[in-house]
Amino acid sequence: MYIYDEYDQKIVDERVKQFRDQTNRYLAGDLTEDEYRPLRLQNGVYIQRYAPMLRIAVPYGLLSSKQLRKLASIARNYDKGYAHVSTRQNFQFNWPELEDIPDILAELATVQMHAIQTSGNCIRNTTTDQFAGVAKDEVIDPRAWCEIIRQWSTFHPEFHHLPRKFKIAVNGAQQDRAVIEVHDIGLEAIRNSQGELGFKVYVGGGLGRTPIIGSLINEFLPWPHLLTYLDAIVRVYNRYGRRDNKYKARIKILVKALTPEIFAEKVAAEWANAKDGPMTLTEAEVKRISSHFIAPAYKQLTDIDFNEIDQQHPGFARWRQQNTRPHKQTGYIAVTLSLKATATPPGDISDKQLDAAADLADQYSFGEARTTHQQNIVLADVEQNKLFELWQQMRELGFATPNIGMLTNIISCPGGDFCSLANAKSIPVAEAIQRRFDNLDYLFDIGELDLNISGCMNACSHHHIGHIGILGVDKKGQEFYQISLGGNTGYNTALGSVLGPSFAQEEIPDVIEKIIQFYLKQRHADERFIDTYQRLGMEPFKEHVYAKNN
Amino acid sequence: MQKIIKDAQIVNDNWHLLANDISLENIANCDDVIVPFALWQEHKQLLQKRDGQTAVWLDSSQEIEELADDLTTLPLIALEFPAFTDGRHYSSARILRDRYRYKGEIRAIGDVLKDQLFAMHRCGFNAFVVRADKDIENALLSLNDFTETYQGATDQPLPLFKRR
Repeated sequence: MYIYDEYDQKIVDERVKQFRDQTNRYLAGDLTEDEYRPLRLQNGVYIQRYAPMLRIAVPYGLLSSKQLRKLASIARNYDKGYAHVSTRQNFQFNWPELEDIPDILAELATVQMHAIQTSGNCIRNTTTDQFAGVAKDEVIDPRAWCEIIRQWSTFHPEFHHLPRKFKIAVNGAQQDRAVIEVHDIGLEAIRNSQGELGFKVYVGGGLGRTPIIGSLINEFLPWPHLLTYLDAIVRVYNRYGRRDNKYKARIKILVKALTPEIFAEKVAAEWANAKDGPMTLTEAEVKRISSHFIAPAYKQLTDIDFNEIDQQHPGFARWRQQNTRPHKQTGYIAVTLSLKATATPPGDISDKQLDAAADLADQYSFGEARTTHQQNIVLADVEQNKLFELWQQMRELGFATPNIGMLTNIISCPGGDFCSLANAKSIPVAEAIQRRFDNLDYLFDIGELDLNISGCMNACSHHHIGHIGILGVDKKGQEFYQISLGGNTGYNTALGSVLGPSFAQEEIPDVIEKIIQFYLKQRHADERFIDTYQRLGMEPFKEHVYAKNN
Repeated sequence: MQKIIKDAQIVNDNWHLLANDISLENIANCDDVIVPFALWQEHKQLLQKRDGQTAVWLDSSQEIEELADDLTTLPLIALEFPAFTDGRHYSSARILRDRYRYKGEIRAIGDVLKDQLFAMHRCGFNAFVVRADKDIENALLSLNDFTETYQGATDQPLPLFKRR
């Protein structure tokens, strides 16, 4: 992974000092709440329902075991003993004291971590595929490019006060696991017919109250021009994005208003001024950054036939089928630690589990782990011959719920229990659904299914792109839930459609059950939920769910 | 006399910033004045015949490209921040310096606070009228908030990756 040199370290250390001064001035009354707000947000500090929330950056989801241990100690010493993995692959603490935050940041800086630009109207953490570097379908390893973007975006002087938050995702594989089409900028690494590397550039995707799929504005951007082109896009947005209404301030509204063609022309005109300028990337720099992401010292191993262990241990077989993925290196496998055990809020992880995950990373995966936008943790480089042993340890630690890719792997925001924006709770709804579908055989029969729950239309849990999406809505002070179907991720990203009138919280497990039963009855062999939905359309699902007598 | 930060020092300011409702007749002949953009457009020639110097200020919706033909005659351009969270003029300043090679003073006016100064300076501002209720001595310190930066910008066109 990327290791700071003296320059990177200096920047982060100086940030801690700057933020300490800002916080001291606020606490002393020299900065008003309004003046302090954008400053603290750009440093990941929210004032939440009960306490400040601190969001810590995990650039493109990559963590060392040392960093995991630091997060564990922060959870213990400054919080209530747990942390939360967000859909931007970041970590969040829900209970720190504002006065402690400069000290927390100082501690984070000792392990090359920070909270820079994890919130606020600036360029946020760049996200990517959690299987970057190990996926079999990879064109390139996107992590070096994410790091290049991280450095470019960190304290970019021109873009401190954009009209709204700005999110970039990079994908380097044939399948899109980074959901790039619902980002402000989505980058897809490709090679042209001459074998040269470049990027397809999507702009103006996003969820929230106006969900839009991004538009392709450049079919092939040669890699040396990546940063000058990003500068041009964000400059156009900074100048012309709407600032009169925060709900219309995202770049997607600008791209839509101008049309993607006109937007692309404006970007091209802006880019012409900076193209080939000093920010043009060099081979030396790409090489320097890439050298941090070379393959670890893999052993020469052969692939294992798991048949025998599978037969002896059906629990292992089920878990292996669900929570592991093939690896480009023979004899290795990528393992997802599920943070979706029933009765624990999705994405939550205790200090003990954080320490344990660090130990597992050291023992089984070259001391590294990744966070995922589905709010889980990945150990990417596990020797297949140690998989059984790892599974046994993970079961003890609560990481082995065999539900990755399935209905109970619910993506959920903290909702009304924590978030001051939420219209409704998310966590109890997730738990009620997990309890309803606690029979593993049943769950396996249902198969691949993404279920996302957002507590408000800001869509932190990406409910629009869940195969089943649940959105908390407020009706005359009462919490209700709207169901959508047909959302999808990957290169065929689709936005879900609303099923119909919303439901009370206690009705939700029944409604989901009805949807699932209808699917099971209607599906063709090997058809996933989303395939059946796409074949049949919304109407029959709707009729079934809202029918009077069933 | 008003104090401002200019070229990293606190100095007395000789310029008079004129509000949008100013009319040509009310501008003293000898004063150094910063006039609103609309007045400048309308009375460019007359303004330049005065004995005092003339500069222009732009509100945050006015585009710097509109001044492209006048840049050689303007000793100072002031860019207004109606709120410190309105970041449009960061881009304006960069366009002035990087694209038009403007060498005069670029001054930040309006809601200008300590915590913006470092980034503003990187974008090409060299003068800051810090909001009157804030401590200008303290604000000056923030120009040194960081000793290293990643991206190329106006103050240092070479990104760190070409200087490492």
